[in-house]
Amino acid sequence: MHYVRPPDWHNPSPASLYDLVVLGAGTAGLFAAKMAAARGKKVAIVERHLLGGTCLNIGCLPSKTIIRTSRAYGDMRDGAQFGAEVPHDVTVDFPAAMRRVRRIRARVSQFDSVRGLEAAGIDTFFGDGRFVGSDALTVNGATLRFTRAVIATGAHPSTPTIPGLAEAGYITNENAFELTEAPRRLLVIGGGPLGCEMAQAFCRLGVETTIVQNWPLFLPREERDAAQLLSDAFARDGIRIRLDTNVESVRIDGGETLVDLVHDDYRNTIAVDAILTGVGRTPNVGDLDLEAAGVAYDDSHGVHVDDFLCTANSRIFAAGDVCLERKFNATAEASARIAVANALFDEHRRLSALIIPWCTYTDPEIAHVGMYVREAREQGISVKTFTIPLHEVDRAIADGEEGGFVKIHVRERTDEIIGATIVATHAGEMISEITLAMVAGVGLRTLANVIHPYPTQAEAIRQAAEAYELSQASSPALE
Amino acid sequence: MTADEVLLNEIERNAFGYFRETVNPTNGLVPDTSREGSPCSIAVVGFALTSYVVAVDRGWMKRDEAVALILATLRFFRDSDQNGGSDATGYKGFYYHFLDMHSGLRAWRSELSIIDTTLLIAGVLIVRDYFDANSASEVELREIADELYRRVDWHWSQNEGTTIALGWKPESGFMHYGWEGYSEGTALYVLAAGSPTHPITRDAYEGWTVSYQWENLYGNDFLYAGPLFIYQFSQAWLDMRGIRDPFMRDKRSDYFENARRAVLVQREYARRNPRGFVGYGENCWGLTACDGPDNNAAGEARGHSFFGYAARGVPYGPDDGTIAGWAPLASLPFAPEAVIAATRTMYQRYPEMRPGGRYASSFNPGLLGADGKCWVSAGHYGLDQGIVLMMIENYRSGLIWRLTRNCNYVVDGLRSIGFRDGWLSRDQGQQDEGDDKR
Repeated sequence: MHYVRPPDWHNPSPASLYDLVVLGAGTAGLFAAKMAAARGKKVAIVERHLLGGTCLNIGCLPSKTIIRTSRAYGDMRDGAQFGAEVPHDVTVDFPAAMRRVRRIRARVSQFDSVRGLEAAGIDTFFGDGRFVGSDALTVNGATLRFTRAVIATGAHPSTPTIPGLAEAGYITNENAFELTEAPRRLLVIGGGPLGCEMAQAFCRLGVETTIVQNWPLFLPREERDAAQLLSDAFARDGIRIRLDTNVESVRIDGGETLVDLVHDDYRNTIAVDAILTGVGRTPNVGDLDLEAAGVAYDDSHGVHVDDFLCTANSRIFAAGDVCLERKFNATAEASARIAVANALFDEHRRLSALIIPWCTYTDPEIAHVGMYVREAREQGISVKTFTIPLHEVDRAIADGEEGGFVKIHVRERTDEIIGATIVATHAGEMISEITLAMVAGVGLRTLANVIHPYPTQAEAIRQAAEAYELSQASSPALE
Repeated sequence: MTADEVLLNEIERNAFGYFRETVNPTNGLVPDTSREGSPCSIAVVGFALTSYVVAVDRGWMKRDEAVALILATLRFFRDSDQNGGSDATGYKGFYYHFLDMHSGLRAWRSELSIIDTTLLIAGVLIVRDYFDANSASEVELREIADELYRRVDWHWSQNEGTTIALGWKPESGFMHYGWEGYSEGTALYVLAAGSPTHPITRDAYEGWTVSYQWENLYGNDFLYAGPLFIYQFSQAWLDMRGIRDPFMRDKRSDYFENARRAVLVQREYARRNPRGFVGYGENCWGLTACDGPDNNAAGEARGHSFFGYAARGVPYGPDDGTIAGWAPLASLPFAPEAVIAATRTMYQRYPEMRPGGRYASSFNPGLLGADGKCWVSAGHYGLDQGIVLMMIENYRSGLIWRLTRNCNYVVDGLRSIGFRDGWLSRDQGQQDEGDDKR
């Protein structure tokens, strides 16, 4: 708190006019403010809660921290697979894992401290920012006038509308990291990225975990094979998997929390000690008085923006989760860069020009960049995919991490990379090579000539490029 | 006959024996498996109907005996309860996946299965087109078969969407997901598009095939799917040699060639054997939908999980070391040399995989019993016998393919969803039977 919202903080007196006022100090807001200030603009930032937003406080960082601890326990469990002696009497110290989350969060928060903003010349205001016109907003009674504004208020966990859930109580990523004691039995509702990450982490921390997903596969957006590999990994971890299943109701009976599940027309009930919901995120558009600024929005899609991230009010732009379909930290930052460039420097950068990678940090990780095959084919693009299963990669074999693949999609009869999916222990690290190639316009053929250190799992990318070259040499077509 | 022909003849005839031995002659229903208490699988009835045609043609069954049995089958389905109730037999011309062998009513609260109805109706059309005599019984046979096809409401199965749903239940309606990626559903779309009464919309096939993935794996370019049956089921009825839809025209290939490459990928996976399973090799492969040991049957933990009945596939699994010994034979027309080599090798090593001379659903060379023999699935599965019989027959004579090439509904369906070239370029009735014979 010392860094992200000092208890003794007093908002400064506002300047008469700001070049830029940023509403929201999460990833997108902080980046926008710092970028504008670094280029000589007079900037104010307004935050309702804590600097750093979701990512630092309740999202990416704490979840990755606890995932690392859970991997350590997973490795201990699988020790025999590596020819190591499995430690006896391994007991999970859940409170210690959570203390580590909080410790690391406090450390990283220094990078986004209010003093850092002060040093950058940014005026920081804590409180509820509300628009009072097309060029002004108020916060704690002070009026901030602006030439341009960026709305970057982020999003919050969506709440599934399940009868009895609110009464029974549930946790989300907003409070899961404040737990000091592990529940014995946990139900995770939702098989998207957040639900999958948390289910696996808690399971490996010794929690008897059930995950319910209302679709036949986890991560419905991802490749079918990726989702299948994840299901297999979950089964190995001992997670109880309920796919294509809905939670019908939650009730308390005899002091026990009972959850009624339905799959097609089959119903059953499970008893749990805690429920964690991870069913997506809803944009934070409430209590901003956006109508006063002439900014169009709706509750499910958030602030409406064009391809330049400009709202219905040409003075006001938006960035990050409040306006983007893909709510990722890296995308929030990239969108903030576009919003500031277009708002203050008369550039004409387009959101649609971004090549966006993302990753679900399960074990194995599932990373993707660019288009999926279906997306491409729906646009009339003919696609060919070069696939390297990780059991073809020496380092993956040595690591005992063969359950994955690299799939690189190219435009048929060219080497233009249009997308890729990687399933690997560190897929999030590996995807950047392909992202770079796409951004730089480097074709798959060129990647065959990129020397990769041997042995690394990233060699799979070079192997895919070699497969491309081989297929060019011996293209077996029927005519 | 050569040694290979003798072997194939024996396997094919033994497969036919499954249908003859298990059918309920009063209603034509055939059990899903030979296990005690097994209900009827409507898809297996489709295979059974086709097997009677083969049996008559090969002299294993008298024509009038076959016609009587087929008429009993068709009359049952025509007269069955189609009100869609929870204990009816079907709805909208479709049928529940599993039926009671005696009453013919829905079993196991199963779904109204679109794909299994397709396999049933494919068999219905085969008998319609084979039995062409003017006798009263064969005229009736053709009339009922035509009626059964024409009353299927394929359009309804789109559930007001673009693609066809997987199934429907009276208790919960349509399953809320559909076909994604290449699957055994080609025959479904062909029959659904060829219907003169209830065809699917023109965009349905494109809506499904847009999810196809053309992959390069182990050096082979092919339309990817994991389990072998996906390449086999539709092509058991449909002659896909040389005909192409827009997807295959773009890829300069066809589905027959694609299935050949799938064999090469399976064989290569088994040769590389990344999971180190016992027995796998160039001539020991066959990952597909089949029975298998489960964790209980496997006894002591063997360092990995067992999956019971599952759609096993390559290269991502599930794979627990279980092989469907019959699966290579179901790809016989696509890659005969590789298939016959695997068939002989596996049978030589693991003769227990064919109890009673008929293929069990699967075997697992890594799980040995006290007698030193490997784990073998109990009994026999009708689908396995049917697909083996049909693919051997297509390889030997092309009989089934010849019949569907001359089926007006199939031809109309193929053309409607964009297939061209090859035998579709010729006029109907101009097929050369000699093309098919080996």
